[in-house]
Amino acid sequence: MQLSKNNGSLSNGASDNAGAFSLSDAELLDKAKTIRRHIVEMVGKAGSGHPGGSLSAVEIVTALYFRALRHNPKNPQWADRDRFILSKGHAAPVLYAALAECDYMPVEELSTLRQLDSRLQGHTDMTTVPGVEMSAGSLGQGLSFSVGVALAGRLDKRNYWVYTLLGDGECDEGQVWEAAMAAAHYKLDRMIAFVDYNKLQIDGWNKDVMNLEPFTDKWRAFGWYVIEIDGNDFGQVFSAIDSAKKVSNQPKMIIAHTVKGKGVSYMENNVDFHGKAPNEEEIKKALKELK
Amino acid sequence: MLESTRDAYAKALLEVGRKNADIVVLDADLAKSTKTITFAKEFPDRFFDCGIAEQNMMSIAAGLAASGKVPFASTFAVFASGRCFDQLRVSIAQPGLNVKVVATHGGITVGEDGASHQGIEDLALISPLPNFTVIVPADSVEAAQAVEAAAKTQGPFYIRMSRSSTPVIFGDDYEFSIGKSVTIRDGKDAAIIAVGIMVAPAIEAAERLTADGIDCRVINMATVKPLDEEAILKAAAETGCVVTAEEHLVRGGVGSAIAQVVAENQPVPMEFIAIERNNAKSGKPELLLERCCLTDSDIEQAVRSCISRKG
Repeated sequence: MQLSKNNGSLSNGASDNAGAFSLSDAELLDKAKTIRRHIVEMVGKAGSGHPGGSLSAVEIVTALYFRALRHNPKNPQWADRDRFILSKGHAAPVLYAALAECDYMPVEELSTLRQLDSRLQGHTDMTTVPGVEMSAGSLGQGLSFSVGVALAGRLDKRNYWVYTLLGDGECDEGQVWEAAMAAAHYKLDRMIAFVDYNKLQIDGWNKDVMNLEPFTDKWRAFGWYVIEIDGNDFGQVFSAIDSAKKVSNQPKMIIAHTVKGKGVSYMENNVDFHGKAPNEEEIKKALKELK
Repeated sequence: MLESTRDAYAKALLEVGRKNADIVVLDADLAKSTKTITFAKEFPDRFFDCGIAEQNMMSIAAGLAASGKVPFASTFAVFASGRCFDQLRVSIAQPGLNVKVVATHGGITVGEDGASHQGIEDLALISPLPNFTVIVPADSVEAAQAVEAAAKTQGPFYIRMSRSSTPVIFGDDYEFSIGKSVTIRDGKDAAIIAVGIMVAPAIEAAERLTADGIDCRVINMATVKPLDEEAILKAAAETGCVVTAEEHLVRGGVGSAIAQVVAENQPVPMEFIAIERNNAKSGKPELLLERCCLTDSDIEQAVRSCISRKG
């Protein structure tokens, strides 16, 4: 994995934030690899799940939990914490892996994914997993939920940030655009959303299933401040968060171009691994690549 | 005296809103009809008009509730239950978030707006959702108290209000309690278990039956979920037949739920006053009630027929 030459070093990012975690650039790259290994192993053990869209979002989620986000694993309900709302609930493995690496739960628990009586359901459940902010699984509801969280923050005069991660295919849902309109209408400038734009959804390429383009224009037209980045590049993720935070009076959308299945050669840009677990051979191969 | 339950909602919202600063109200461009406009005027900062986007409104309400607010979200019953079913299920019911859905314009007595606007399936949709408490107040007194109770009680609520003005049944001394039915009139020959606007005609029917020496119990089952099973079984055991009355489709309605309790524990003959087919049309509320066989005479007849089936 290479850091972008154009966007300077990672240390430019989100430095104003006194988060619980503040990994160095090298540690972040290591952490991303560890999280990728967890995703492959947990989905592999479960025998089902969504590795592709979990792997594409690793840099975004890692950047948030290990540097950008103000949060406290010892006090998951801390009223002033920044919120991360995973709207694409099928990417639960990347969230669970990050939460476990932050000590919200034991790392060993990851191997219980999708098993009967495990806290780790196939899609997120906010009532059982500490650190999970929203129960998701039916797409299109997370941005609306985030609007509610941001409105509450404004009413209570708290200055937390509300980060939301949407899938690209998820943006086919009409409710996403209802929420987009509302966030701009209410001028929710504490909202920073990402679209994990890996270009693939279950039935194929976005452009063939339901074209999203011109995607950035759509968000701009809905009143959002839009930044477009390589979402698998830590440097770009951090500088996007930094620039987003400087913009007031409107919500911010970071269109993160990513690669589905990123980091595992045979899963990259392979839609078959949207919702399929790797077999034993494939798990071994993936873990070798992620050493 | 006549008053609509939605007018009672407006007054009760102000009361609870003045006491609890965490109460916020959401509407979907129907604030003048649902009457949340009264709250909006007094607390503009705590009122959010979400525009004609009910699904968005329900998930916003979920986010507010997850952040410690007590959101009341209002729209018509057809939209609250039908259009937003998935949002109620995933964003609110499954995590048990503290959202109060107050749906107005329930039932066919919406009247002239016609079939698209007549919420007659909502109880069937909402009652199976986990964690939801479902209330159908019988009059404005009970409606106000139901709103107060919901504001004080953790968890999701669905409260169904009516558009039309209906008779005020209860006095100022009335005390509503979640999950407790109220026996308005005791009786030993038959029991009518009614909800919402059907409680008044149920009382009327029972009064009329006394002329023939029929002693009819009338129970107001305002909390549709959880049901007051004890009162249902007591009524079945003591009267030997049960007639249910509701302004809702017969399938999946309150009658079905009561029948399940009766059939499992204390089987007795039952009759169901409810809407048989969704053949509703535009029309004046009272004419629609006649067309759908939801009048005091229909209840009276059902009681006679039910008594005749006793073993």
